[in-house]
Amino acid sequence: MSEWIIILIKIICALVWFLVIALYLTWVERKESAVIQDRIGANRANIWKFRAIGLFQPFADAIKMIFKEDFTPKFSRKFLHNLAPFISFFFVAVTISAIPFGDVLRIGGREIKLQVVDFNVSLLFVMAMLSLGIFGIILAGWSSNNRYTLLGGMRGAAQLISYEVALGLSLIGLILVYPSLKLSAIVHYQGEMLWGWLPKWGVFLQPLGLLIFFFAALAETKRVPFDLPEGENEIVGFFTEYSGLKWGLFMFTDFMEVLIVACLLTTLFFGGWQVPWLYADGFHFPWGGEWLLPHGIVVAFQVLAFNLKVFFFCWLQILIRWTYPRFRYDQVMDLGWKLLVPLSLVNIAGTAILLSLIG
Amino acid sequence: MIKALGYFIAIIKGSLITTRHFMVNMWFHTLKLFRIKTKRKGAVTIQYPEEKRKIASRHRSLHRLLKREDGKPRCVACMLCVTVCPSECIFVEAAEDPDPEVQKVPSIFIIDLSRCCFCGFCVEACPEDAIRMDTGQIEFAEYSRDKLIYDLEKLMG
Repeated sequence: MSEWIIILIKIICALVWFLVIALYLTWVERKESAVIQDRIGANRANIWKFRAIGLFQPFADAIKMIFKEDFTPKFSRKFLHNLAPFISFFFVAVTISAIPFGDVLRIGGREIKLQVVDFNVSLLFVMAMLSLGIFGIILAGWSSNNRYTLLGGMRGAAQLISYEVALGLSLIGLILVYPSLKLSAIVHYQGEMLWGWLPKWGVFLQPLGLLIFFFAALAETKRVPFDLPEGENEIVGFFTEYSGLKWGLFMFTDFMEVLIVACLLTTLFFGGWQVPWLYADGFHFPWGGEWLLPHGIVVAFQVLAFNLKVFFFCWLQILIRWTYPRFRYDQVMDLGWKLLVPLSLVNIAGTAILLSLIG
Repeated sequence: MIKALGYFIAIIKGSLITTRHFMVNMWFHTLKLFRIKTKRKGAVTIQYPEEKRKIASRHRSLHRLLKREDGKPRCVACMLCVTVCPSECIFVEAAEDPDPEVQKVPSIFIIDLSRCCFCGFCVEACPEDAIRMDTGQIEFAEYSRDKLIYDLEKLMG
């Protein structure tokens, strides 16, 4: 019984974390773009004249979207049209269950893993769920019965499927280095030290893999440098026929994807919750110093480290979104198939040869 | 492949520019948060309704009609402004003035601001320096068009 309660609490915590951070990513996006462009950004939303640098903006946006007319065009396929945003939303939201937020927390003789479910194949699970999200886009584009949305949907499908190849291949090198598909195990492997001082993070062992993964993951989020499904100034996009909260769900899915990509980057390549030289009983520095800490503080450090890394990658992705113009469609396909896929194959071969040489 | 690498370098350079902007602006925003006064601000934004930009002295704003010492309009109803106005938004009707030096005064002087394009030709055409556009008022939006028709009283007041 208590097992179930713990799992329920974990699910609620993870989902609340995920949704609240994704909600505030919309605020971060507006503010960060403003700061990049020497502006101030949204700062007018207030509660009783209390503005708090625009922190209420996401709620104002949400209220606006809830009260907008939810319009379904007559010519659309109603059921699929209504289903599409929820498919898109669900398959991203479910991926958070596999992300480890921290190591084991011990309370009252009970060991709680700070991860909702610890699958043996959590990496495959995340990849699979992210790919299933494509169905939302295809269905949205197709069920709207509008040529432009269909074009957007097809473009989205083509782009996401071709980048999925590079995404998957870039991770094979990583799986060779950390021989597991379990995300928690991958994070544990990254806690080991190379030559006694360098943490064995993916970024040091798989720099090329990181680069390919990052590009492919950016394409997966379908935001600006790769926003061909949307294509604001040519085909408006696969959610043209949506309005109100359903449109909001598509938009929110984008931000959730940003967050999940940041989580994956952190977990796979930047040591997840690992802090350099922090072990279960405290810091052991390579130059001989020691700083022993109680268990609770160690876990807090781990969760904090995970959060900071994730925020950094969210920041980076938003920076990229506000720096680059959109690729042309053929350029995107060229980059995917002619550069990223061959490079990831080279990465796999190189990693395999190096590993067999080392032993 | 080599071409792609060239693009890659350009891409990195671009992101460094935006990062620099972000860091510099963020630094000044943070200083402002801790109430440290700096010459430079983190943003160039003027927060309009609260903060207003200084209007240049030659800025063409709302019109006004100048008065003589006795309070009558300086205008002699010569119709030059009516003639020169490109959007035909001025309407003047002349009346006789008892003073033989002046002879004519406007009995009606109407400017339809909903048509006015603020070119300032009327000010340049006026031989008596009777109309000017130097009130510095730029906020006179209204909810109905007939409120934008300014008559003699409104223009002199």
